[in-house]
Amino acid sequence: MKQYESWGRYPKIEPPSEVKPIFWQDAMPDLAQFTQPVLPYAYGRSYGDSCLNDGNVALDVSFLNKFLAFDDENGVLRCEAGVSLANILEVIVPRGWFLPVTPGTKYVSVGGAIANDIHGKNHHHGGTFGCHVTCFELLRSDGTRLICSPTENTALFQATIGGLGLTGLILWAEFRLKPIQNAFIDVEHIRFANVEEFFEITAQSDEDYEYTVSWVDCLAKGKSAGRGMFIRGNHNQSRYRSKLAVNRKLPLSVPFDMPSFLLNPLSMKIFNTTIYNKQFKKVRRGVTSYDPFFYPLDMLDKWNKMYGKAGFLQYQLVVPFNDDFRAIKEILERIAASGEGSFLAVLKTFGSIKSPGMLSFPKPGVTLALDFPYYGQKTLRLLDQLDEVVRQSDGSVYPAKDARMSPQSFQQYYPNWREFAQYIDPKFSSSFWRRVTEPMEEKVHHVGTEKHGVKVGI
Amino acid sequence: MIVGATSAIAHETAKLYAKEGAELFLVGRTDSKLETVASDLRVRGAKRVETCLMDVTELNRHQALFDEVIAKLGGLDAVLIAHGTLGDQAQSQQSAEAALAEFNTNCLSVISLLTILANYFEGKKRGCLAVISSVAGDRGRQSNYVYGSAKAGLNAFLAGLRNRLFKSGVTVLTIKPGFVDTPMTAHIKKGLLFASAEKVGADIYKAMQKGQDVLYTPFFWRYIMLIIKNVPEPIFKRLKL
Repeated sequence: MKQYESWGRYPKIEPPSEVKPIFWQDAMPDLAQFTQPVLPYAYGRSYGDSCLNDGNVALDVSFLNKFLAFDDENGVLRCEAGVSLANILEVIVPRGWFLPVTPGTKYVSVGGAIANDIHGKNHHHGGTFGCHVTCFELLRSDGTRLICSPTENTALFQATIGGLGLTGLILWAEFRLKPIQNAFIDVEHIRFANVEEFFEITAQSDEDYEYTVSWVDCLAKGKSAGRGMFIRGNHNQSRYRSKLAVNRKLPLSVPFDMPSFLLNPLSMKIFNTTIYNKQFKKVRRGVTSYDPFFYPLDMLDKWNKMYGKAGFLQYQLVVPFNDDFRAIKEILERIAASGEGSFLAVLKTFGSIKSPGMLSFPKPGVTLALDFPYYGQKTLRLLDQLDEVVRQSDGSVYPAKDARMSPQSFQQYYPNWREFAQYIDPKFSSSFWRRVTEPMEEKVHHVGTEKHGVKVGI
Repeated sequence: MIVGATSAIAHETAKLYAKEGAELFLVGRTDSKLETVASDLRVRGAKRVETCLMDVTELNRHQALFDEVIAKLGGLDAVLIAHGTLGDQAQSQQSAEAALAEFNTNCLSVISLLTILANYFEGKKRGCLAVISSVAGDRGRQSNYVYGSAKAGLNAFLAGLRNRLFKSGVTVLTIKPGFVDTPMTAHIKKGLLFASAEKVGADIYKAMQKGQDVLYTPFFWRYIMLIIKNVPEPIFKRLKL
């Protein structure tokens, strides 16, 4: 049975009081009839509570999954909002096209990709997903259907991109694809010893490599602090390689919650040290199918259950370039000092391509994504400390991955949130939005987490 | 040809035919849905997709429908009949009209279509006729015996047809899905036994390719129904099923 929870499985909230599956664009429920707020939900890959609606109504759009048109001369695809990126890749890759932007999982819906204005390893070349959207249709709760594009209903177009699903229900969207020769990626893995070296390699790579990303060993201290692996790649240009992807999804799944002690500082250290020492050479080159390059974690179904019942928290920040990497270093130091290891830490530079999205997260600078098993108050305290650094550095935190930032932090990170709020559909709301805009809700939320923290701490 | 092409299960099977570049003829009764499914299958690689809007309970249109398919596609290799309604049992108990309407949709319209198609395939000496029936047809139960008996009639018809067409090299597939998560069952609370339309659609595609006779999907329904079929009647009549 489908669980309407978020990927991080924290916070634990009340399931929806009503789930309304949406099957056909022409047979939409009357949204005005609901007495409680509604929120679209598809595959639940948002980490925090931006896809949750605490005991209210979930509009399940995962059945809204039809393709509408594909112009394979010009690479323009139109499909319903519940189509997943995995579905799209299956159709477009064999015909020589690829997603303009893709996140680290292909199991997200097109509607979700727009609502979170997702980014990927090519942000410095391609911007966010919203940059490639040509138009979409939005259903508002008063029954109006609006075609939104850069030239039509422009303000709603901009508010909906990165609008966290609050501006209405996206029925379908059209976006541009990018041409490829085959299904393969030329990859290079380069070891770096510290943050300075990371920035050197980034500076050398950003122009010539479409995809760049780094893994950082958050647990390394002292001399090896900030060490990691830089991964860069380009689409392979050979015309002789196959356009058929080798889908190497392991027949594996995490069937139930792993006991939370399995992910402990020691096992995380072993994992991270192993990755760092996987190659002896400084640089390792290879050619790989797009699947393991973009979606390594998708190979293990339901990997989120590795974190046990208590779940985990993601934290992704961006800080502008101009501070001599001080903020990033300080954050890494604070994490190492706290002993709360991040199992997987990802570092990348964002480019300067501006998204049309009003509340879009990426901006020029360095972004760091971390995930922490939820150990109650001490995890929340550490993230509050990281927020301090981000706020001082004029940075920002990604709402799609957040489950705990304070209203003060959110309102500082997104100073135009009031302007955005004008475009929210009066019937739509989410747990996230109530939390970051209604301070009273925040208190109630904290009581809940404390209770939970005690339970887990035993 | 797919009859009831906007049903979630039929659409999933059609996606796999589209992927291999098949030419498809879709029959459905709601224009907007039929066009959405057609465009989806075109994007997924179908070489050609034709549609026909009709309510299959209009039995006198069946011959014309068949003639149109042959005229447009030039012939038929496989047919999937997937239309059906899960009627309201309580209503069928109150009104004979409602009960007979269930029979019309789920049994008589299929028999009418199959009679025309069987003669065509018998002459052609190859091909596949696949029909979505239901596990509900295996034994009448108080909770949905009107729907179930319409499907049971269909099952017997299909078994006979399979027997007749065997020597012509034509396969007849009786498909018995259990609970499937589709718009048809949107109002029912989903338990562990519910399968996705994607899984069931893929099973049907495989069974059609293989020329199988009877398909329970997911597979475990074969065993569930085996038990249900073998409960002695004196006990069965006392159960709340």
